[in-house]
Amino acid sequence: MNQSLHAAADPIIVIHDLVKQFGRFAALRGVSAEFVAGRLYAIVGENGAGKTTLLRSLAGLTQPTRGSISMLGTTDLRSVCRQLGYMAHPSLLYDEMGGMENLRYFARLYEIRDDERCARTISAVGLDPTLIRPVGQYSQGMRQRMSLARALIHDPKVLLLDEPFSNVDARSARQMTHLLTQLRDAGKTIFVVTHQASQLEHAADEFVHMEAGVIVRRTREWMTAEAP
Amino acid sequence: MLRRAFPILGVLTAALLSYGLYEALIGAPIEQSMGEVQRIFYYHAPSAWTAFLLFTVNFVASVVYLIRRSIKADILALVTAEVGVVFCTVVLVTGPLWARPVWGIWWTWDIRLTSTLVLWLIYVSYLMLRRFSSSGQTPLMAAVLAVFGALDVPLVYFSIWFFRTQHPQPVIGGGGSIDPKMLQVALINWAAFLCFAGLVCWSRYRLELLQREVEETEALEALLDSGGAP
Amino acid sequence: MSALATLTRASLSKDLRLEWRSKDAINSMLFFALLVVVIFSFSFDPTAEESRRIAGGLVWVAFLFAAVVALNQTWARELRNQVLDAYRVSPAPANALFLAKALGNFIFVIVLEAFMTPLFIVFYNLRALGAAYQLLIVSALGTWALVVNGTFFAAMSLRTRSREIMLPLLLFPISIPALLATVEGTTAILTGDYSPKFWIVLLAAYNVVFTTACLLLFDKVLNAE
Repeated sequence: MNQSLHAAADPIIVIHDLVKQFGRFAALRGVSAEFVAGRLYAIVGENGAGKTTLLRSLAGLTQPTRGSISMLGTTDLRSVCRQLGYMAHPSLLYDEMGGMENLRYFARLYEIRDDERCARTISAVGLDPTLIRPVGQYSQGMRQRMSLARALIHDPKVLLLDEPFSNVDARSARQMTHLLTQLRDAGKTIFVVTHQASQLEHAADEFVHMEAGVIVRRTREWMTAEAP
Repeated sequence: MLRRAFPILGVLTAALLSYGLYEALIGAPIEQSMGEVQRIFYYHAPSAWTAFLLFTVNFVASVVYLIRRSIKADILALVTAEVGVVFCTVVLVTGPLWARPVWGIWWTWDIRLTSTLVLWLIYVSYLMLRRFSSSGQTPLMAAVLAVFGALDVPLVYFSIWFFRTQHPQPVIGGGGSIDPKMLQVALINWAAFLCFAGLVCWSRYRLELLQREVEETEALEALLDSGGAP
Repeated sequence: MSALATLTRASLSKDLRLEWRSKDAINSMLFFALLVVVIFSFSFDPTAEESRRIAGGLVWVAFLFAAVVALNQTWARELRNQVLDAYRVSPAPANALFLAKALGNFIFVIVLEAFMTPLFIVFYNLRALGAAYQLLIVSALGTWALVVNGTFFAAMSLRTRSREIMLPLLLFPISIPALLATVEGTTAILTGDYSPKFWIVLLAAYNVVFTTACLLLFDKVLNAE
């Protein structure tokens, strides 16, 4: 909807020379990049390329060893955490509680006490809000969508998603992709870390290729060939 | 500059320690009621004073770390805790050795002895935490624990003090005036121990600093080594 | 302030609800507590007069062991599926989580104590000669003293190797004055020999000091990645 409003805007996220070391292992070796609002970015690369660490740094979960991240005009990521939705590889949900129960609790963390809104968010990801079954008994695809609902509950401007398609059947993955493009079209900036980049072939605006802790190139199209 | 000061301090420490030993064993007068065994006092008390001083430095360094996140403060906290535990152990070993022949008991819940024991336990747990913690957060966790330990000290002291008033025990040590010569010998030994503790802390500090520099360099190499397997 | 209270309540009620639903921890803990009481009763079989003097120590050592097993489970539920990360990315204050966990543990350990105390009374023929209502004050203060630091150190040992053993290693030395005060206060009430007032004051001071310290430092510990 508001895509044109954001299209040519200033970058919403600026990363400068980001380094993250775990002991002797350098997960990020100096990442510098700018990202503009309202786009869907696919972060792709091998295992251990630093994709997840980059995402966790953006979420403020990992303190960088060096370098800086500026988001929405500030380097204090804590102050913009309300504008940030984070979905990790694990579900970040309580297995013993139902979907609605889970969401109601996480909404509280954002000072939202609106059951109607929780129900709407669950419906938006294509699940049934009246389902009582505990999340632990959901299928992987349902759990991933529930996890996305948790990340969306406070209507963040920036979405950080880690492997949303893993262990999900093809149909669920297509639905998820469709949902992501809708969210992007609604003006959200979305980062998807994935090793199944083909899922996003026609959805992503840009592919960010990572290798050994750095961004090696950024492309408009997903290319399967060559490795320089 | 500092490099040259190190051997000078070493020689001074050796001289002080030998002089202190001579004074403690031969120079000091024999205590009337306890006899020769009282001479252990010249090791017992100065060790305790040294240990308490080191633990105080550890607390200050930990607070500085919590505020400034300075690596040097963290290293200082680490080395003072290590050396402090050694001196504290000397206190706890010499205490019963002294008590047994004099009062006929190894241990009594004396306020100073017991507080020292609890302090020793707290700092051993501190060193355990440093050993078991995974590297990135160790300094922070250790500094937090040091603050908790320091907050605990007055509570330990009061609780044991009141415990003693309810469970009367033989009074040991203290009491009455001390011969000026004895005090002098104790102070000489304290000075010697302080120099010795300073010397050990200094070496340990430099070693730890070098160790961390090596680790940092290795990490930097890993950073530059772009072709490395992920 | 009120935001802190509401979030604490939300988090606490969530924990209680989950615990009520699975009853895993409470069942195993109650059985563990029963075992501790029975084994202690075998090991020491004193007369009524003696038992009054030693019961304070016995009972609280038993409570301590049971409490440590419970405290070690504190963060297990938040680690599964990395739910803790969902909390950390949210604007919710870290202290709300800490208070909820500490209060949850407090309730949990109090339930254990309420279960173990009658057993001890039966096995040891206990009857307080002092003012029995003071036992409630001493127990509440002593239990809070254990769980407030226990919850904090459990969070600290999350980032250590062999974290289950790390908790008692950190908790016991710091808790010595609190334990001493609780044991001595209980003994004072049971025997009626002297007033437990000093011990109650000491426990209150201990709780104020360490609750404050925990609240000031928990944010740092939680976000030390």
